[in-house]
Amino acid sequence: MADNQVIMKGNEAMAEAAIRSGCRLFSGYPITPQTEILEYMAWRMPEVGGTIVQTEDELCGIYMLFGASAAGARTLSTSAGPGYSLFQEGISYLVGSDLPAVLVDVTRIGNALGDISQSQGDYELVTKGNGHGDTMVPVFTPNSVQEIVDDTVMAYDMSEKYKHPVILLYDAAIGQMMEGVTLPDMHEHDINKYDWSVKGIKKGEHGRKITNVSYFCEDMYVGYEKYLRDKYAQITENEQRWESIGVEDAEVVTIAYGISSRVCKEAVLHAREQGIKLGLIRPKMVVPFPVKAFDEIGPNCKGLMVVEMSIKGQMVNDVALASRCKYPIYGYLTSYEVPESDKVIEIAKDILAGNAKEVF
Amino acid sequence: MADKIFTAPEMLRMSDPTGFCPGCGHGTAGRLQFEVLDEMGLLEDSITVYDVACDSLYMWAIDTDCVGVAHGRAIAAACGVKRTRPNNPVCAYVGDGATYSIGIQHTIWAAARNENITVIVINNGVFGMTGGQMAPTTLLGQKTITTPAGRSREMNGQPLDVVKLFTGMDIAYLARGSLDSVASINKTKKYIRKAFEKQMNGEGLSFVEILSPCPTNWGLSPQDSLKRIREVVEDVYPLGEFIERGVK
Repeated sequence: MADNQVIMKGNEAMAEAAIRSGCRLFSGYPITPQTEILEYMAWRMPEVGGTIVQTEDELCGIYMLFGASAAGARTLSTSAGPGYSLFQEGISYLVGSDLPAVLVDVTRIGNALGDISQSQGDYELVTKGNGHGDTMVPVFTPNSVQEIVDDTVMAYDMSEKYKHPVILLYDAAIGQMMEGVTLPDMHEHDINKYDWSVKGIKKGEHGRKITNVSYFCEDMYVGYEKYLRDKYAQITENEQRWESIGVEDAEVVTIAYGISSRVCKEAVLHAREQGIKLGLIRPKMVVPFPVKAFDEIGPNCKGLMVVEMSIKGQMVNDVALASRCKYPIYGYLTSYEVPESDKVIEIAKDILAGNAKEVF
Repeated sequence: MADKIFTAPEMLRMSDPTGFCPGCGHGTAGRLQFEVLDEMGLLEDSITVYDVACDSLYMWAIDTDCVGVAHGRAIAAACGVKRTRPNNPVCAYVGDGATYSIGIQHTIWAAARNENITVIVINNGVFGMTGGQMAPTTLLGQKTITTPAGRSREMNGQPLDVVKLFTGMDIAYLARGSLDSVASINKTKKYIRKAFEKQMNGEGLSFVEILSPCPTNWGLSPQDSLKRIREVVEDVYPLGEFIERGVK
């Protein structure tokens, strides 16, 4: 399997993992820091006989993807921050039409144009946004190049299992870093695998209609309410994914995803060398939020610390709800600066000394 | 016993009412699409993409595969369907509001990329489904709910003419037909047939705009609506074939 072991940039590994998952249509628009996916697809997709379209905008990107998904293809569109905002309408349509798709937001910093450096300011957009209506879309939060690859493979399977879009959310640091990675083997996807996709009908068959699923539910929105609530309940029950380190005996538990979680992992190690019992809950998916992870917190816990590159502290509310407000919640909130492990330990010390200010 | 003189295409089963108003042009325009596909033996293989407007009411009257997307996004989605299933005839059947305003970037870029799909645009000069507001095609001086004093160039900008918009575009086919008379309807059907032939030959974008009546929102009877198309609308939007690859 030596051929599958390579050193790759996160964004390029994402593109290759999508190809190897059977993705044969990519439609997207350039925006830093995700453009490497588009660039990689530009030469790689033709090699496997797929379609790559640099679209006129992100709206065309997501609706071309919508059409291809309706026709049975595995698809991908990716963007970042300002461009990802333009996906919102299409995501709602994918959800409302029961269509699988994989989307990526490589988060950049800031409101408006912001800038191209890393940040984690799109958390609420990606986890709570997703267009109009009652949308809830599974979100993977890989923290390494290998995890980008593994999550991409899982995302395609998950999106077809639930007939629902699935998102990868990672910050620019994860997308731009190069690491060793083991790639999956090539998987060919059959566009006729599912009966629901449009493909033309045979004599005597009825035409398929890919549109609002609610139209086909019993009593329309009465039936749809149950259908969608059940789907979301299944996703919430089945798909909580997280990594815990030292949570059972921790006095302070950090909660972080993406690049921040790598810093926290180092902080846990160093803090324990200093005799401070620090723990980490790292959501591998933030939708559904890993509520079950918080049951593992032991009786020593004096507080939770959200470590997040967000001015508001966008994950704080999810942490408060998941922990059912049983513990005081503190924050190490930055914006463009990647958090530092020493500072994590310093804040943990302040929490234990009663000198830290709660954020929730 | 009367002789049967008209049969609707097999897949246009009208299993549900379309919801079109009396005198609406959609009933004729969509039928032409399905008659052509039927005559070409393509009906079962066809995939039609609708968006959000009166055109989408067809989803409930036809029995072929179809896809419904957001207002203005049908052309983009049709490109995705076609690129996944290049052997199926794919048609975006859409309105003028979506095609020339909210989704105009997809219209222009489908032409620039010469996407191998057929686009049928119903030009009735208003946003029909939402109650007759100004559309990009509304004529100067035409009164609508949002141009109560008549459309003015200063306030509302000038009407968009797809023939001018596509000038210089290297697409397979561009024609404009009308539903104002039997002769016009027959001619429009020929345009639609040519459009699908070009798609099946892989020549690229084939685009047929159809001048169509909206008696409800025009405040005219169905007969007077046809008269208006003939006497007023066709002066601004002339009929004919404007682009045909390989033909000078």
